[in-house]
Amino acid sequence: MSIPAGWQIDIGLEIHAQLNTRSKIFSGASTLFGQPPNSQACAIDLGMPGVLPSVNAEVFKKAVQFGLSIGARINQESRFDRKNYFYPDLPKGYQITQMDHPIVLGGEITIQTSDATDKIIRITRAHLEEDAGKSVHDFKPGHTGIDLNRAGTPLLEIVSEPDIKNAAEAVAYAKAIHQLLTYLEVCDGNMAEGSLRFDANISVRRQDAETLGTRSEIKNLNSFRFLEQAIHFETERQISVLEAGGTLIQDTRLFDPDRHETRSMRSKETATDYRYFPEPDLLPVLLTAEFIEEIQAQLPELPGTRAQRYQTMHELSASDAVLLSQDRRLGDYFDEVLTFSGNAKSAANWVRGDLLSKLNEHELGIAACPISPKHLGEMIQLIDQGVISGKIAKEVFAALWSKQTESAGDYVEKNQLEQVSDASAIEPLIDALIAENPKQAADLRAGKDKLLGFFVGKVMQATQGKANPKQVNDLIRQKLSKA
Amino acid sequence: MNLNFATLTDLQKALRNRDVSATELTQHYLTRIDALDPALNSFISIQAETALDAAGRADARLAQGDARPLTGIPIAQKDIFCLQGHRTTAGSKMLSDFIAPYTATCSEKLADAGAITLGKTNMDEFAMGSSNENSYFGAVHNPWDPQLIPGGSSGGSAAAVAAGLCAASTGTDTGGSIRQPAAMCGLTGLKPTYGRISRWGMIAFASSLDQAGPMTRTARDAAILLEHMAGHDPRDSTSLTEPVPRFSESLGSNIKGLRIGVCREFFTEGLDPAVERSIREALAVYESLGATLVDVSLPHTPYSVSAYYVIAPAECSANLARFDGIRYGHRCSDPENLQDLYQRSRGEGFGEEVKKRILVGTFALSAGYFDAFYHRAQKIRRLIKEDFVQAFEHVDVIAGPTAPTPAFPLGEKASNPVEMYLQDIFTISASLAGVPAMSIPAGLANGLPVGLQLIGNYLQEGPLLQAAHQFQQATHWHTLTPPEVL
Repeated sequence: MSIPAGWQIDIGLEIHAQLNTRSKIFSGASTLFGQPPNSQACAIDLGMPGVLPSVNAEVFKKAVQFGLSIGARINQESRFDRKNYFYPDLPKGYQITQMDHPIVLGGEITIQTSDATDKIIRITRAHLEEDAGKSVHDFKPGHTGIDLNRAGTPLLEIVSEPDIKNAAEAVAYAKAIHQLLTYLEVCDGNMAEGSLRFDANISVRRQDAETLGTRSEIKNLNSFRFLEQAIHFETERQISVLEAGGTLIQDTRLFDPDRHETRSMRSKETATDYRYFPEPDLLPVLLTAEFIEEIQAQLPELPGTRAQRYQTMHELSASDAVLLSQDRRLGDYFDEVLTFSGNAKSAANWVRGDLLSKLNEHELGIAACPISPKHLGEMIQLIDQGVISGKIAKEVFAALWSKQTESAGDYVEKNQLEQVSDASAIEPLIDALIAENPKQAADLRAGKDKLLGFFVGKVMQATQGKANPKQVNDLIRQKLSKA
Repeated sequence: MNLNFATLTDLQKALRNRDVSATELTQHYLTRIDALDPALNSFISIQAETALDAAGRADARLAQGDARPLTGIPIAQKDIFCLQGHRTTAGSKMLSDFIAPYTATCSEKLADAGAITLGKTNMDEFAMGSSNENSYFGAVHNPWDPQLIPGGSSGGSAAAVAAGLCAASTGTDTGGSIRQPAAMCGLTGLKPTYGRISRWGMIAFASSLDQAGPMTRTARDAAILLEHMAGHDPRDSTSLTEPVPRFSESLGSNIKGLRIGVCREFFTEGLDPAVERSIREALAVYESLGATLVDVSLPHTPYSVSAYYVIAPAECSANLARFDGIRYGHRCSDPENLQDLYQRSRGEGFGEEVKKRILVGTFALSAGYFDAFYHRAQKIRRLIKEDFVQAFEHVDVIAGPTAPTPAFPLGEKASNPVEMYLQDIFTISASLAGVPAMSIPAGLANGLPVGLQLIGNYLQEGPLLQAAHQFQQATHWHTLTPPEVL
């Protein structure tokens, strides 16, 4: 959808990311997904009388990792507040969150716009809070069930500035955050399980207007597609109201993907007063400079830096560089292949070509790859040293994949797959071929270069692929030019 | 030996010498509860069976010479402490059928030290009150005169000890709920430094103020009980990590040179002259024991009640939101929808005083009022803390009356919240500051006990207990028992 002429759109996103800790943010209960209802909720998660929260230190580590990755300021004194509202899946009647002292302040992330230019989206803040449970409506007719397994799952709420100007940018931004969180391994990124959820603050204004228009907040979008659609429908709605001479009221809306519309839940006038106040059950958490420095030191090389390194140091193409750096494990794998092979170009070709297609075919992640990067690297080295040909390499690769062998070298030796580079062994074959195919030989000599492949192929066939194709090439040319 | 009003120390000795068995002692109190408590209403529930079982185990330990410090000592616990498998009501209809699935840390520690719980004592609903008239389970009567209130909110705990229905009890103090009933019933009651005793398993009223403590006949008993209630608990983030001294072993032999601050703001207009007389006499006793009286000022004391009645209700408005009829507690019959379920469950489950405070707290936290109320109250709280920090540069202990009056008749102040709230005028500032404070018997006013409040510096329960103990070595007030109760 293109934006109607004369209008511009301003979007700010609030992204709720579940941090992948084993236990909850304020209790020791497990965060495992997909368990029987209420089996993962302890007395603290249930909001029983007399229980108290205690903070899971792991969440600070993960939040700081994220903050440092976006160049944000880390609040060394991190405090919790209570956000009060009644809802059946909010057991305590308040959510413990961070209002005035969020752990992460500022920062930015770069996205690629549709015209492939880089754009910076500023991040306002990111704060820690607990997730609510789930209301299961009509789990039996006329009844709503409450499942508190999710209650207390740690969330990092990442709030952007209204720097996003259209749905495509919103999706690009959401994906960039998703990628960063999964790259840092602080969130599993599983959209289907609700690990990442979006609230979009959307407003429109005339092209020449200097201030932002009246915004609506679309709550709880749980996929990139819904995010995109909701922005389309909402901006269309707002523009049509304004073009018809109407006025907008600030409200909170729900997106209905079936009816392709957003519906108002409540307006600013009827908005809940959350009555935030400092959480008296938790002391302020003080993060030492050493704690933050240690996390900084252990921070992995980030995707952008990594892609740049691949391009400048290893001369990979932009597309290879990006592809190999978007997944941390894949990048680490590639780096190791690179170390063992010493050939970036070839390593990139094998990893993004044969290896990824095999992995995709078997629906495996890189972590489950049966070939170790060391062995793939060694195989590439065998090619570069002229020990095996590219063609034989395919066979060796298959053997490595199917675990017939651990080492490319052993396999090549055992099956006598070393390339034949001895000219005296190949020359008689070429002589014989020229004699058997006089017409093709003459045509090739006359300049029909296509026929070179014909002869090379024949030689490779005769040597079962063990001849060095480049050498065969040279020898054929030599023979024909001599005659 | 008269078991009725024996101290913990006496009972420890009697049990070890096998002068009395834990079972006999437990049965003795259970019999007294049966006989006397119908008139006092100090217990909400009696755990006769589990108490006698525990007494049997205690006797086995005693026979083996394997006694722990409190083995065989029957105590009562305020019904705000969760005890696994036992009903824990907080004095509310909301929790009248609530069976706790876990045990409060401090109750667990007492049990580990060998104490036997006889039952759960009556209290103002959710610890909100100064007269124990706000209980769903009915008012508690003061053993000194059943027409009078026992103080609150730990009124049941105070009445039970005062009437000799148990050796000691636990209480909680948010703005004076241990000290004021201790004063009204002639007991020793100690509110430790905020964070000394874990709040885990103690039903919250106002989290930043709530603190558990012992209610006993003597300072020595309070020291013994405190030792076995206090200590760091990882389940309570606000619990202190400082080690717990052996208070009972360092009560000292004299208080020569102790600097006692006499806070001028504690001798105000509303102070009953008879109470003031007792307090002045008590201060003279201290002087005769070698202490120096120093005039001190806690200038922000007059604002403490106002600040308290913003902060405590604000916190309670959130703390009590969990009682929504969804997962446990009272649920109204046949709710029409969610809103109806909330409104009627909470409307029916909470008493008037609780509702009043939830409303006040909700208002104080509302957009547009937050700064004027909550924020300002927190500022006053900081100033009050500062007052104490400065005062304790010159003195070791601050002394004054615990409450402005002795026990008053049931119903007298029930319809006048402001007058009722002024009951806590002298106790609230120590709660806001988080410093330890206690009340000890210091005389009689018109035949009723008067409490002397002693306030110590942060973590200085030791000097406080020493000052109280030395006073009790020199006076007999703590040995007085209610004239009608034998």
